[in-house]
Amino acid sequence: MPSNPITTEERTLPVTESKEHITSPSLKGNASELRDLEAGLDNLQSDSRRKTGIDWKRVLLPVAALVVLILAWQFYVSLEFKRRDLVPGPLDVLTQFVTMWGEGKVQEAVWTSLQRGVVGFLISVVIATPVGLILAQVAPLRRAFGPLISGLQVLPSVAWVPAAIIWFGLTDATVYFVVFMGAIPSIINGLISGVDQIPPQYRSVGTVLGANRLQMALQIVLPAALPGYIGGLKQGWAFSWRSLMAAEIIAVGGTIGFGLGSLLDQGRLLSDMTIVMSAILLILFVGILIEILVFGPIEKRLLQRRGLLAGSSR
Amino acid sequence: MPVVLENLGKRFGDGAPVLDDVNATIAQGEFVALLGASGCGKSTLLNIMAGLEPPTSGALEVPSDGAAFMFQDAALFPWLTARGNIELALQLADKSSTKGSRRARATELLELVHLGGAGDKRPHELSGGMRQRVALARSLAQDRQLLLMDEPFAALDAITRDLLHDELERIWKETGRTIVFVTHNVREAVRLGQRVLLLSSRPGRVVAEWDVTEEHRTDAGAAGELTGVITRRLREEIRRHAK
Repeated sequence: MPSNPITTEERTLPVTESKEHITSPSLKGNASELRDLEAGLDNLQSDSRRKTGIDWKRVLLPVAALVVLILAWQFYVSLEFKRRDLVPGPLDVLTQFVTMWGEGKVQEAVWTSLQRGVVGFLISVVIATPVGLILAQVAPLRRAFGPLISGLQVLPSVAWVPAAIIWFGLTDATVYFVVFMGAIPSIINGLISGVDQIPPQYRSVGTVLGANRLQMALQIVLPAALPGYIGGLKQGWAFSWRSLMAAEIIAVGGTIGFGLGSLLDQGRLLSDMTIVMSAILLILFVGILIEILVFGPIEKRLLQRRGLLAGSSR
Repeated sequence: MPVVLENLGKRFGDGAPVLDDVNATIAQGEFVALLGASGCGKSTLLNIMAGLEPPTSGALEVPSDGAAFMFQDAALFPWLTARGNIELALQLADKSSTKGSRRARATELLELVHLGGAGDKRPHELSGGMRQRVALARSLAQDRQLLLMDEPFAALDAITRDLLHDELERIWKETGRTIVFVTHNVREAVRLGQRVLLLSSRPGRVVAEWDVTEEHRTDAGAAGELTGVITRRLREEIRRHAK
């Protein structure tokens, strides 16, 4: 400390001035000088870079990949290893698709399935979120039910279809039941693992700030666990969508409407590969669309706001 | 209301006691630096005073409304802006406050730590020193008489730390808080505290204390001398464990 040049300078100051502010001689200067120093450091050290504009690579690369895949498909078909009705080309499928669009079949199937998938998923979220929060916060409950929930997540929800048909018959209730059994456990698990990954200090801060149990759960634990929770929601959606397709393929008729799974099953009954391919591509397309329009932006925004996106390949 | 620690002891499980027979009285409005080598139980003592952990023996008297706490790393919530972090503390401290009043108070507190323009930034956009200032503003938002600080400036560079020392001292004078400041840095203890308490290691116990007088604050020579004395005593304390 004696070798500090600021200190030696301070010693030459008149004694009267030191009476006004009782600070040790570590760092001195007039107030505005110090504020400037502070502001300078703040500007040097804080990060204010912002990216703007559309990144065309994000659009062009996936489209290019798609074009390459379709060309490869067409190339394979033109080699004629298999009969055309067993392996139709892209154009055959497109023609069938346009025909079904004209009949309104595509719109009906997509709308029925999407509506069920979304409604089933949203109800699952409403059920799974409080359950997951309670399980994550109350240790005995979690020890009791944790293994069961993990088991339910591994159990293919299609296994519930026979039971659902016996209980609810060929109605929408069957479809929704299977969707719930697929989505709810995986949302609960996602939320629990998100809560497990919260730095313990956040809870200490919450306690120190005077949060009660409910405030801790809603204002600290839930937002802190959000990245894991969103991951769980994504997986929950995937499970809903898959379970839905499985249920629609198996349970046809009754008051169950005509969904994408039903379309797929119809293609199988008619032995028409172009219908089957159209249905598969539609199911895939809806999945991609939901990811691009819903989960992708939410996840990106979340990570960006928390400064977790730097250096990632997203 | 003073803070009184009487024969305070703490052990985790069956292990050796971390704290043993800690006695101290801290007057209202006093700035006390709690000095000790790493691993001497300083943070444990602070956690006990904050009510985060119960003591195993002894008694302590702290203000009934509890204490504000500032951690070594800022521990700001990354999903909230700087202002949001402060507003959350205000909301949890006073459930009946309105949104408008919280916003106004948060602006005041940000001004107090010279961060008026950075309220809408998120923690990851701020430097380490700025984050600590937001954390300081947040602990002031709790509006408790007692402020406990656990090596809050340990991870900062020298210039930033010096600035924050000045800032903390100014805020202490403006707000009249009672501050217990834990550090392992002797210079920092002498720089900030009106009184320096030395905590021994394993078990932690208050073994020595020094008053930092007016003279130490105005005369660099005297301050350096005191720093030297305390450093020697601290080293002695650490050497006892060399065996």
